[in-house]
Amino acid sequence: MSEFFHDAKFDWLFGGILFLLLLLTLIGGALRRHYRGEDSRAAIGEFNARVRAWWKMAGIFAAAVITAPIGSLIIFGMVSFLAMREYMTLVPTRRGDHRTLFWSFFVIMPLQYYLIGMQDYILFAIMIPVLACIYIPPSIAIAGDTEQFLERASKIQFGIMVCVYSLSHAPALLMLKIPGFEGRDARLLLYLVIVDQMSGILQFVWDKLIGKHKIAWRVSPNKTWEGFFLGILSGTAVGTALWWATPFTPLQSAGFSLMICVLGFNGNLVMSAVKRDIGIKDFGIVIERHGGILDRIDSLCFAAPIFFHLVRYYFQR
Amino acid sequence: MANHIHPVASLLAAVARGVSGVQAQWAGCEPDERQRIYFANHTSHLDFIVLWSALPSEIRARTRPIAAKDYWEQTPLRRYLANNVFHAVFLERTSPSKPRQPDEPHLPGRHVIDEMVEALGAENSLILFPEGTRGSGDKVGAFRSGIYHLALRRPDVELVPAYLENLNRILPKGEVLPVPMLSLLTFGKPIQVEPDEDRDAFLERARDAVVSLRRIGSA
Repeated sequence: MSEFFHDAKFDWLFGGILFLLLLLTLIGGALRRHYRGEDSRAAIGEFNARVRAWWKMAGIFAAAVITAPIGSLIIFGMVSFLAMREYMTLVPTRRGDHRTLFWSFFVIMPLQYYLIGMQDYILFAIMIPVLACIYIPPSIAIAGDTEQFLERASKIQFGIMVCVYSLSHAPALLMLKIPGFEGRDARLLLYLVIVDQMSGILQFVWDKLIGKHKIAWRVSPNKTWEGFFLGILSGTAVGTALWWATPFTPLQSAGFSLMICVLGFNGNLVMSAVKRDIGIKDFGIVIERHGGILDRIDSLCFAAPIFFHLVRYYFQR
Repeated sequence: MANHIHPVASLLAAVARGVSGVQAQWAGCEPDERQRIYFANHTSHLDFIVLWSALPSEIRARTRPIAAKDYWEQTPLRRYLANNVFHAVFLERTSPSKPRQPDEPHLPGRHVIDEMVEALGAENSLILFPEGTRGSGDKVGAFRSGIYHLALRRPDVELVPAYLENLNRILPKGEVLPVPMLSLLTFGKPIQVEPDEDRDAFLERARDAVVSLRRIGSA
């Protein structure tokens, strides 16, 4: 059942994460004690918030792998639920959207994770982009409110695509059947999450250290070309160095991690633009205690589906 | 008045907290055991239970809702919930079917105010929705005058404004099934009737006190 008990490479990978987190926690604490300037405080605060979120993610992740396959579907389903709840709370909807939203949360989302559990590849791949996205506009229209109709339909479609459809491809990695890699799929999931999150934090660090030329300052004032290139380069280096845990050769691993890093950047940029559009800085700011999940997984949501489909296409028989 | 919380009430409060994911913020005052009248906007059946569940339990045990008699006495279940579970104070709505026009004078029967004063007693607090009926959530309706007369009769009781946000999206009027969203509850700074303030000026100011607590714009 669980990779924890009979997969040494998985244990190395996971042990490495715990070691790194411990190191980052110590560094974050030291930074907080040493730098008291206004500007560095904010950056260090964000760094520490990320590290804290990673501890939680590591815990959730361990639980998901130990309880695989059913437990991991339930846990990722919960993450989808919380992310979509956060999204729908902050994105304006109207009274006429109520029943469509009810269906999105209580029928479409569970059905998506059920289909992954059934390993019904075709249905799981088309259910949301085809069936749900065709169902949503008429189900809003039937409520009779035409005010901002197109916006409302698109907002709900986008929310489901990002929070449910895209994210569900991460646990779907556990269902892949790669020759010579049976029972080792949890490592692929771990690989995706590590590369994605490392790329994010490395871009952030490079932005802070030597970033000068802004990429799209209206969307995300902190992103720079220096951070983008060096972050993606170093993220790719981390991913390449982890080839031993995957079914890939070092070169293939470099290609996949480059792809994960670039897609993760896109996800981050897109969700920043969404946040600007609805007039907030972080999903976690208005809703302190529950918030911030979407801020952490936006990059993963964009990287997971394409990573899944490419690996499946090239490696599964 | 019973000063303990009915187990069904505790259970419903926990469910309401879960469904609404409510984030309570005491922006203008702190939770306090003194007698208060909490008054808020009204958009959902969840309003009372969410506001009530956000209070610390020792305060909750002495805080009673004001309930419209015509609605809450309709079925045995509603009667049981209002009477036995939440110790509601029943009031006659003057015209439950049609909301009051803005310029129409609204004089509550003297006995209605008497009943609220009696319900406050020496140690109870009340939860009041001065709009008198659930709105769509787009804007807060005009306040009925009960709160003004009550404030004159009991100037020692603090009037605490509260804004409930997003509950109209979780369970709007006319829907049975809730959609999970996060809701926000903000308590504001207590207000009182100023010495030479007339009824309409006070009601307008009380309404503004509630509206000003809005944290995110809901369409």
